[in-house]
Amino acid sequence: MSTTDTAPANGAPKAAEGAPRPPKARPQTSIVPGATIAGRALVAVVAIMTFLASLTIGAALAVRSTASHWRSDVTREVTIQIRAGDRKLTDAQVQQAAEIARTTPGVTDAHILSTEETGRLLEPWLGAGLDLGDLPVPRVVVVKIAPGAAVDFAKLRRTLSDRIPTASLDDHRLWSRRLGAMAEGVVLTGVVLLVLVGLATILSVVFATRAAVATNRAVVEVLHFVGARDGFIAAQFQRHFLKIGAQGGVIGGCAAALLFGAIVGLPRFGLVGDPEDPTFLGWLNPGIWGFVGIAGAVLVVALATALTSRITVYRTLRTIQ
Amino acid sequence: MEHLVRFENVGLRYGMGSEVLKDVTFSIAPKSFQFLTGPSGAGKTTLMRLLFLSLRPTRGLITLFGRDVSSLDPDEVAVLRRRIGIVFQDFRLLDHLTTYENVALPLRVLGKEEASYRGEVTELLHWVGLGDRMDVLPPVLSGGEKQRAAIARALIGRPEFLLADEPTGNVDPTLARRLLRLFIELNRTGTSVLLATHDIALMDQYDARRLVIADGRLYVYD
Ligand SMILES: Nc1ncnc2c1ncn2[C@@H]1O[C@H](COP(=O)(O)OP(=O)(O)O)[C@@H](O)[C@H]1O
Ligand SMILES: [Mg+2]
Repeated sequence: MSTTDTAPANGAPKAAEGAPRPPKARPQTSIVPGATIAGRALVAVVAIMTFLASLTIGAALAVRSTASHWRSDVTREVTIQIRAGDRKLTDAQVQQAAEIARTTPGVTDAHILSTEETGRLLEPWLGAGLDLGDLPVPRVVVVKIAPGAAVDFAKLRRTLSDRIPTASLDDHRLWSRRLGAMAEGVVLTGVVLLVLVGLATILSVVFATRAAVATNRAVVEVLHFVGARDGFIAAQFQRHFLKIGAQGGVIGGCAAALLFGAIVGLPRFGLVGDPEDPTFLGWLNPGIWGFVGIAGAVLVVALATALTSRITVYRTLRTIQ
Repeated sequence: MEHLVRFENVGLRYGMGSEVLKDVTFSIAPKSFQFLTGPSGAGKTTLMRLLFLSLRPTRGLITLFGRDVSSLDPDEVAVLRRRIGIVFQDFRLLDHLTTYENVALPLRVLGKEEASYRGEVTELLHWVGLGDRMDVLPPVLSGGEKQRAAIARALIGRPEFLLADEPTGNVDPTLARRLLRLFIELNRTGTSVLLATHDIALMDQYDARRLVIADGRLYVYD
């Protein structure tokens, strides 16, 4: 204090002992101390929420793509069944049905299942070594459809029933429709889940932000007194929450991506049975869009966390002017 | 601008209590120096809070830098406060920031780069005798050092109006005399100073205008 005799120029002192330091960026302590924010707990909440959201997105997309896959599979093949009757007559009817099918536009092939093939199909139910000749087993013609072709099944069905009264056409349409409805249902459920998970995340961030502002009330007051605008103060909080959102989002998103990655990848390495085994979770492959969706969820979560905290700080500041 | 500050029939009560300040009318001119005095509990801090917009009057009119304070939105309040330097009775230093960072805070909230004001802040810290305490956290500082850090923070933005609430209340008489000299020097360079104190001996050292609060009323002795 020995230099107080030199007057400052409107608050700016003249040069005193010690030259100014060279202007090199020195790390600035953050104005809102990170330790005053319930960071860990919020990271965990955000991670869990992102994980759930990612699972929902991945599973919904997987179900949708699998369903459409199955639908195109079942609709690429129709069957004509002919009730068993007199052997000779039935044989002729089967030939005729195959002929009608082959001449229908869009059909690539019509294959008459031999008695042996039919037997093999029925083996799981009736057992081996059974003489099907003794049983009134219907004969089957498998009709293959060109991919994307729109076959006039109504006309085919009419022609068949006109010429062969014992023939019936199964175009799997009911199956296909049911699969479609189920996939839509799953996607819709997924959207509802995403909305709920999003709301829960936003609420958690709102509470955490309010608590952080309350804890840092003294800091906020000093910032106000030295002339900080609300926008500047909000940015000090938002910085922390963006980090928390990004951390939680990445943890949750990575966990979900790893889970789906394992589902998709493990069978390729032969670690889990046969990939064609229908009980295997291979149908849960979310596809490339699923992984893109998970990355999107992480981004949205991080930004939503930051934005929510910003808006909450603004609102809270209005009450402690 | 005729007045820096003008109070007209200002009254203030906290909550449902009786009025702490009644019919207060006075003005402060640019480049002026005045003491604000009165016994402890008279309402000095309350008047200061009205002056830097931390409290709004329950009645009456306050004009600050030509603006009616009741018409200001939060951003305008922030901008006006940048023209006022405040030294709090209890310092209000942020304990997690170093002395240097505390003093630099008014420049940092303007969005300035740290490198752009480092020289200025360092110089001011040397000038108040805290050159070797820059990187220390406030809890480690002595009462007098905290006082000087608080004063430096109030001065760094080159305010037109300096409010100091009992700035000598926590220091020994020698340092008190030096701080008073500092405020007088500051005033000579053009800053209006309002120094609240209940220390009669301090006021006797400098012949200046006195605003005295007694029983909620304010009396001016030019
Ligand atoms: N925030 C508050 N709420 C209620 N009463 C208060 C508050 N601040 C101060 N007071 C009262 O107002 C009166 C003036 O206080 P203050 O302005 O701090 O006086 P001074 O600074 O002159 O000692 C005192 O009676 C005090 O109890
Ligand atoms: Mg006081």
